[in-house]
Amino acid sequence: MSLKDKLLSSYLAFEDNLEQDSPIHDLRNEAIKIFESKGFPSKKEEAWKYTSLNALLKSDYSVFPKQLERSIEFKEVKKYFLHDLDTYKIVFVDGVYSSFLSETTHDKLDVCLMSSALNKAKYKPVVEAYFNKAAKQESLTALNTAFAKEGAYIHIPKHKEVEKPIEIINFSTGNEAAVFLQPRNLIVVGENAHVQIIERHQSLSENEVLTNCVTEIFAEKRAHVDYYKIQNNVATASLIDTTYISQERDSDCNVHTFSFGGKLTRNNLNFYQEGEHCNSTLKGITILEDNQHVDHNTLVHHIAPNCESHQDYKGIFGDASTGVFNGRVIVEKDAQKTDAFQQNNNILIDDKATINAKPQLEIFADDVKCSHGCTIGQLDEEAMFYMRSRGIGKKEARALLMYAFANNVLESVKIPELKRRINKLIANKIGVSLGFEI
Amino acid sequence: MGKFTEDDLKKELETKEYEYGFYTDIESETFPVGLNEEIVRAISMKKEEPEWMTEWRLEAFRYWQAMVEPDWANVTYEKPNFQNISYYSAPNKKPKYDSIDEVDPELLETFKKLGISLEEQKKLAGVAVDIVMDSVSVATTFKKTLAEKGIIFCSISEAIKKHPELVKKYIGTVVPQRDNFYAALNSAVFSDGSFCYIPKGVKCPMELSTYFRINQAGTGQFERTLVIADKGSYVSYLEGCTAPSRDENQLHAAVVELIALEDAEIKYSTVQNWYPGNKEGKGGVYNFVTKRGICETNAKISWTQVETGSAITWKYPSCILKGDNSIGEFYSIAVTNNFQQADTGTKMIHLGKNTKSTIISKGISAGRSQNSYRGLVKISPNADNARNFSQCDSLLMGNKCGAHTFPYIETKNKTAQVEHEATTSKIGEDQIFYCNQRGIDTEKAIALIVNGFSKEVLNKLPMEFAVEAQKLLEISLEGSVG
Repeated sequence: MSLKDKLLSSYLAFEDNLEQDSPIHDLRNEAIKIFESKGFPSKKEEAWKYTSLNALLKSDYSVFPKQLERSIEFKEVKKYFLHDLDTYKIVFVDGVYSSFLSETTHDKLDVCLMSSALNKAKYKPVVEAYFNKAAKQESLTALNTAFAKEGAYIHIPKHKEVEKPIEIINFSTGNEAAVFLQPRNLIVVGENAHVQIIERHQSLSENEVLTNCVTEIFAEKRAHVDYYKIQNNVATASLIDTTYISQERDSDCNVHTFSFGGKLTRNNLNFYQEGEHCNSTLKGITILEDNQHVDHNTLVHHIAPNCESHQDYKGIFGDASTGVFNGRVIVEKDAQKTDAFQQNNNILIDDKATINAKPQLEIFADDVKCSHGCTIGQLDEEAMFYMRSRGIGKKEARALLMYAFANNVLESVKIPELKRRINKLIANKIGVSLGFEI
Repeated sequence: MGKFTEDDLKKELETKEYEYGFYTDIESETFPVGLNEEIVRAISMKKEEPEWMTEWRLEAFRYWQAMVEPDWANVTYEKPNFQNISYYSAPNKKPKYDSIDEVDPELLETFKKLGISLEEQKKLAGVAVDIVMDSVSVATTFKKTLAEKGIIFCSISEAIKKHPELVKKYIGTVVPQRDNFYAALNSAVFSDGSFCYIPKGVKCPMELSTYFRINQAGTGQFERTLVIADKGSYVSYLEGCTAPSRDENQLHAAVVELIALEDAEIKYSTVQNWYPGNKEGKGGVYNFVTKRGICETNAKISWTQVETGSAITWKYPSCILKGDNSIGEFYSIAVTNNFQQADTGTKMIHLGKNTKSTIISKGISAGRSQNSYRGLVKISPNADNARNFSQCDSLLMGNKCGAHTFPYIETKNKTAQVEHEATTSKIGEDQIFYCNQRGIDTEKAIALIVNGFSKEVLNKLPMEFAVEAQKLLEISLEGSVG
């Protein structure tokens, strides 16, 4: 039985167990129909031209994984948290909330669970106002909507500056041979509120994991959102991460994506600038090796005038890895005075590595400033020679150049502890210790 | 003259009529509409083609039947009904001319209107011209001069008869019959086109030129051009196109194949000015063209195009850089106005080592037009030290038009250097202000800016053609190019 058929039949069982009067009951039914008609995306679709899911879809995934009998000790997974910093934590183990590892709150702001948001009456107005409102009718998003049950629910009220970052971590334990997870996050940031969020997917075993995650973020007037995605999973874990961000006027949203691990990672990052004077920043560092595959598929939709967007993606590709950058900027005809910038720089280290880049501009307004740049090249031989001639080892010299290459992105990380952590991840990845911080 | 503002320019652009919209009343022989194997055979028979050519066409026709029309381009139009087109139309009085004086005076009149007075060109420009009207080659000038050098420049039907070994060897090698929907259609029904062969080591002493014109109503034009530059030779080839104004959409599906053998260089310039439709977007030519060249070792192919016409343009002149050290270039200006839609660009396929390519594309959109650049740069695993530079700039006039960029970059070699940059802007108020401040009026200022914007590409055109290109830009953007 194909994964699609399996999902469709599981849906019937899943749906029976739910309360029929759930506010999203109709949405689910509608969504599963969309998925049924569209199916999993294939390479024939322009947006999936360079990424094939076929190999992934062959595994026999368990859609509703059995729960682990023992609980995970904090010290086992401590390294995946920003443990040197006080944070709110929302932790899921095999798709189920782990109260033991989490630290949530309802004190003036809601940092809690999607399941309670969907089921408790007091959240009903928020769910009705926001849930699935930014998401588009794409097949994988629809599939997630149909099965939406658990995930993070974050609601920051007006004028609230959240004093510590929020971590969202999805663990998979390998309790089943292969597991298919579908977390669904909803984040509503009220007027003039400010929040920092770190998201991570981590497998704790060598068993296969496929995650189809959907996150919706709503930034109200003057809201400020910093979102960091750390993708450093094991070589048997794959991730399809779809994020929809809807911005109201004067809001500022920044998303950083650090892709260092995983078998196949597909990031669909979509920004919709609904109000004037929005600012959107999309940055990423990708460092790959072996047969890893990372596909960054970004969209910035400039709907309102006087907005800005900046994209900066850096990629370093070793061994037989594949990098894809598919960036789209759409400027509607009313979005005059838009300033959109898109940059994608790549370095190929090994012969078998591949880069496919497709930076696109679709512009319908005349008074705009839009540009994009895309380069593919190597580490500068002369710079290497300069450092080598000054006694810096080959590996270290290479590492320095890579750091320099990625630094633009790294330096805009606003949480120092996180920056240090990412630095360390990069150092591990390249296999050097520089003995100083950059 | 009063103050000329950008709005005036916009209005002028919208209302400017197509200058070449006349129809020449020449008796012509036109096949009944529709397409089937019989028609393909009939065309082949009409052209007195050998058996292998007929078979080749039929093979293409069979491929075509199994294909579907592509719809990935960023253009919307009513799909032509392929059974509603006449696939062969030839001016009736079709004798062979040895000199210009023998040409039907009515035809000559047509050419005069086109602004390509043959006599004048013969004297002044020294350009050899092959003119294709409604798919049939009507005049080839300077044949004798060229023959002395061993250069073959004739219509493709003549080449099929006189030089079958060359045609057989090369036709379909760069654009195979089953390459795409329109290439297959063209392979089945092409009625004429130009053929050019430059022998080893010969530098063609003059520009070779083809002029295409669709005259009859309800016909499609399907011409096929084959240019072969043998080892160490050089040729510069020009192509121009016009069509009468009609309410219906006419179909133009051409195939151009360039073969540059070792150390050869081909420079192919196009000024495309098919009828773009009226200002309500009615009529106009559908221009679905497949152009591709292949470069052997040390060879170079350079495409230059000025696209001002056609209701729909779907065109990607490409280079396959097969040999080591080969070079591909693409320079393009695409101007769209009113309801025109253009989806154009290039493909640079790097296969050999040390191959280089340059892409400079300038798009100007006005009115309600949509102008897209779509290009592919592909570096294969064996193409060590491949180098590409691409630049795509778009200029928008008015807020009802669109400019789009869809570059595809695929790299599988770590020594490759690929750079791509694109910008979109309008003529800035500050730029105009700066010029005004220095005593340059707004009209001149716009001219200056547009001219500067397209200069990089205009400079690449051969001298003889630059004049004409300038003229065509004037039609599309009159009042702005001085």
